[in-house]
Amino acid sequence: MHVISLAAVDFRSYSFVEIELTPGVTTFVGKNGQGKTNLVEAISYCSTLSSHRVSQDLPLVKLNQPRAIVRTGVKYLERTNWLEVEIWPSKTNKAKLNGSECKKTKDILGILKTITFSPEDLILVKGDPGDRRSFLDDLLIQKSPSYAGVKSDYERVLKQRNALLKSAAPAKKNNLESILSTLSIWDDQLINFGAQIIVAKHELINELLPFITKTYTEIAPQSSELSIKYLPNVETMDVNITEVTKAMQEKINLRQQDELIRGLTLVGPHRDDMEITIGQMPAKGYASHGETWSVALSLKLASFDLLKENSPAGDPVLILDDVFAELDNDRRNQLIHRVKDVEQVLITAAVLEDVPKELIGKKLFVKDGKVEEL
Amino acid sequence: MYEGSLQDLIDALGKLPGVGPKSAQRLAFHFLQTDSATVQNLANLLLEVKQKVKSCKTCGAVSETDSCNICNDTRRDVSIICVIEEAKDISSIEKTREFKGRYHVLGGVISPIDGIGPDQLRIKELTSRVTNEEIKEVIVATNPNLEGEATAAFLVRILEPSGVLVTRLASGLPVGGELEYADEVTLGRALKGRRQVS
Ligand SMILES: Nc1ncnc2c1ncn2[C@@H]1O[C@H](COP(=O)(O)OP(=O)(O)OP(=O)(O)O)[C@@H](O)[C@H]1O
Ligand SMILES: [Mg+2]
Ligand SMILES: [Zn+2]
Repeated sequence: MHVISLAAVDFRSYSFVEIELTPGVTTFVGKNGQGKTNLVEAISYCSTLSSHRVSQDLPLVKLNQPRAIVRTGVKYLERTNWLEVEIWPSKTNKAKLNGSECKKTKDILGILKTITFSPEDLILVKGDPGDRRSFLDDLLIQKSPSYAGVKSDYERVLKQRNALLKSAAPAKKNNLESILSTLSIWDDQLINFGAQIIVAKHELINELLPFITKTYTEIAPQSSELSIKYLPNVETMDVNITEVTKAMQEKINLRQQDELIRGLTLVGPHRDDMEITIGQMPAKGYASHGETWSVALSLKLASFDLLKENSPAGDPVLILDDVFAELDNDRRNQLIHRVKDVEQVLITAAVLEDVPKELIGKKLFVKDGKVEEL
Repeated sequence: MYEGSLQDLIDALGKLPGVGPKSAQRLAFHFLQTDSATVQNLANLLLEVKQKVKSCKTCGAVSETDSCNICNDTRRDVSIICVIEEAKDISSIEKTREFKGRYHVLGGVISPIDGIGPDQLRIKELTSRVTNEEIKEVIVATNPNLEGEATAAFLVRILEPSGVLVTRLASGLPVGGELEYADEVTLGRALKGRRQVS
């Protein structure tokens, strides 16, 4: 698939921008802060409904404006789908598919698939478990869009359950009974959605692993083997809904006192993580700067391969945001090799010289919020 | 910004549910251009509803007397109660003509985020109706979303000891949706195909 058109209103630094895109490589060039990343961020928002730079929607909307609008045209074979999202930080977002309003914003997920590789991805290695959870969540949402519903239901239950547990803390005895009487209702819901998430992530990591090992060997042939492992918060011998449901219920019973004291849900996939190891060593804390880049790049290229394998609509759109300046020659060459057959690649760079000549493709210059072909 | 009372009116209207600043302004100017008698009549009606309309002592529906028209209607089946979140859900269910029993308004759903637990809802009133009246079936018609399902699960648990039959609307209602927005046919079907959950 490829994006043929991007239009945005009040998105980041842009009041209005509209560009046409073609298959193959397109490089956005311009000085720092001119709005290159903003453009690719707008495109990837239409595929994940989230940004690779910020977790909240507010910074995506132009300062002092109530909402942003992003519209992309996505073409696969002869068919073009038009995706439109209205981003409202103060209320629920809206989406349109081919001009008609969707019941839920999530309904547009799955049509445009993108993989973005950017310097921010170093947090996949160095960052908190939450950063790795977002990586897995975003990938799962693109792989099977119905996961987005499960995830948001789980988050809602978590919020309700935490509010209930919190109300127990100061109250001591007098309303404890009434809290316990409804707690198990929320337990059931937490387990229902939580087990689905745990099983989905377990499967995702199993599917991703061979792609990651293979990619890393290509990128860093002299290095030890890269491996990833799911660290679920609820462990079972067999990972299936029945087993996980049982184990989660047991762990919840076990931790109930702690949960009541801390006023917080301590059991469930919102506390899981993914372990990344190079040979015998955990990547976090041990990997060198260069290795960290290689790991992050492998995770993203492997995600690309996984989505491609699972998608009837061809290659995802590959976005390389500001990554060439930092990569050494070996990794640049690997990237060139991997990228040259991808249906559409969008590159951003402050200096054209940073981008390997073979990859530049079509050039779009970005200056002061204007995009021009020269 | 306008002067004095006009701006006050716009601000007050803007606080109404579903009315944004633009509509508030449009409404305010509409009142300005309407003749005084019509506006007076509307003002009277607003005060009158506040004074006259209370809730039915039995089911919690809106009523001008202690007992609402539905609770008073002897042709209705007194052995079935349909539990709903808000009084406004009654009209959705009445439109289907599939339900001949009486209602029980909870006044919301369990939602710890909003500080609402069983004690804030008319759940005790429901259990005492089930014990004191000749009730054979309780249909739980809370909305098919997370909080609605949680409330339904809680009611099932609370009503279980009484031995009454508890049922839930059949699926087919849009998940995550609200009764208010379901069409009559879908809601009617959901009522007809209700399943036992107790
Ligand atoms: N919500 C917003 N409203 C207005 N301007 C914004 C908003 N968010 C970001 N900007 C502006 O957008 C510019 C950043 O754009 P962007 O990140 O696309 O730059 P870039 O061209 O990718 O730069 P670099 O080469 O440094 O990566 C900044 O100048 C920032 O002030
Ligand atoms: Mg940038
Ligand atoms: Zn009544």
